[in-house]
Amino acid sequence: MKRFAWTQPTSLASAAAFAETTVADAMVALRPDTHAGHGAVLQAGGIDNLDLMKEELLQPNLVISLRAIPGLDKIEKQEASWRIGAGTTLMAVAGHPAVQARFPALATCLNQSGSPQIRAVATLGGNLLQRPRCWYFRSIAFDCLRKGGGHCFAILGENAYHAVFDNEVCAIVHPSSVATVLVALGASVELTGPNGATRRLLLEDFLVRPKQNVRRENDLQPREILTAILLPNPSASVRMAYLRLGEKQAFDWPLVDAAVILELDASSVCRQGVICLGAVAPTPYRPRAAEATLAGKVIDVPTARSAARTALDGAMPLAHNEFKLPLIETVLRRAILRAANPV
Amino acid sequence: MISRRTFIPRSDLPVAAARPGSGAAGDRSPKEPETATRRDVIAAQGPDAVAMTLTVNGIARMFEAEPRVTLAEALRGALALTGTKIACNRGTCSSCTVWLDGTPIVSCMILAVDVGNRAVTTIEGLIRDGNLHPAQAAFIGHDAIQCGFCTPGMVMSCAALLDRDPRPTRDAVLAAISGHLCRCGTYPHVVAATLAASEEAKS
Repeated sequence: MKRFAWTQPTSLASAAAFAETTVADAMVALRPDTHAGHGAVLQAGGIDNLDLMKEELLQPNLVISLRAIPGLDKIEKQEASWRIGAGTTLMAVAGHPAVQARFPALATCLNQSGSPQIRAVATLGGNLLQRPRCWYFRSIAFDCLRKGGGHCFAILGENAYHAVFDNEVCAIVHPSSVATVLVALGASVELTGPNGATRRLLLEDFLVRPKQNVRRENDLQPREILTAILLPNPSASVRMAYLRLGEKQAFDWPLVDAAVILELDASSVCRQGVICLGAVAPTPYRPRAAEATLAGKVIDVPTARSAARTALDGAMPLAHNEFKLPLIETVLRRAILRAANPV
Repeated sequence: MISRRTFIPRSDLPVAAARPGSGAAGDRSPKEPETATRRDVIAAQGPDAVAMTLTVNGIARMFEAEPRVTLAEALRGALALTGTKIACNRGTCSSCTVWLDGTPIVSCMILAVDVGNRAVTTIEGLIRDGNLHPAQAAFIGHDAIQCGFCTPGMVMSCAALLDRDPRPTRDAVLAAISGHLCRCGTYPHVVAATLAASEEAKS
């Protein structure tokens, strides 16, 4: 890890004033052909920042800790939504009674993310903003497109863990499983700028596809702080499930995961279904055609099977990840059925 | 008496306790962030060694280290508490597990400067009134050790579980150690030891 200075401001305004670069900008600035500084970056739990700094992929001059800023770890009920402070640890979110009661799919996902030791430190905001896990991206030896280079090594390289959708420019999968659930739940993010002004947008719109900008996974701007995640309060008729398949049962990234939200009427007919797939595309992926097949149907095995098959439409597997297609079908079929018939 | 620990020079650790003021790597001159106000610059510390105080095993310990020094490095270096082991140094193996305010965390993935006034408990602090923690005694009794490198971390996770939930289920034990890697494969003995240490087993 290279040397850096450290500061721990006690106000959002002060932290935002320091934060001249996003982590993504600071990493691109490391390229030998740029003469920009290495930047000043924000840090909450620090799990991903430390990982990047140890690999020397991130070499900031200044690390700005958000930990001393009061109020970033609050979970509170608002009029039509729940507001989760971005500095809340994954463990605290998973253990919150309202999250367990109203957003069980989120609690399930959080309890499978990282290890207990990581969940005790990692924050919800940091989880959403973590950089991708692509091994070319994470290796200093590869000057890849996402780090400002000219080439995606994964598309024609070792790509077993990479995207099967939206993978023409850069084949990362989004690193956050939590984002899979939050996108399905219609979550919004609250971003606070240096003058205290906030902007809110759907998480789905905040996340950036490679075709929009290959050097970043989200629209976070310099001097902007992700301060909260807002979850619309689900109605009583909403059922949900989260399911993943991976190589290990614990402490591993999923090969494929799925979040399913169903709104059922009194006679168990699905009014609306939302599906979000993770680890299959550079952003959490909503197969809209598959969602459409659920509306107006009683959710049974044939309905779930048909929706799961439809979700594969448009898939473009790479040389080593075609195995993900049957996994998508299986995990999605099971998630749809589990949402309709909770265990 | 000389030991391997005192003999091997700690030149790899940028902890400055032994050599105050000597910037270990000195690879880059500090550069003030262009946007910071004068007051903010004063508030920033480093990159040279800064004075820190950590409360470890109930005792406030003062030392100097650069901001880039992790808690695990500070414990093993400046504070000479080498019971905490660093293996992967990436939060992947959990061998460096210590408690922060009673909760297990990986000490390699938190900066010492970020710990602040939170209480750190290491394997050295687990002994109570001269007695081993029940998890420690059970690990010995059930031979839950082979090479021993993962053991301090495993013990910290199992002891925290038993303190929180004196009668854990087998699933709870598996969840508690889900972050730990043991290349010797002691997992079955670790689970057996932890279950045996539970109150239920005693009653």
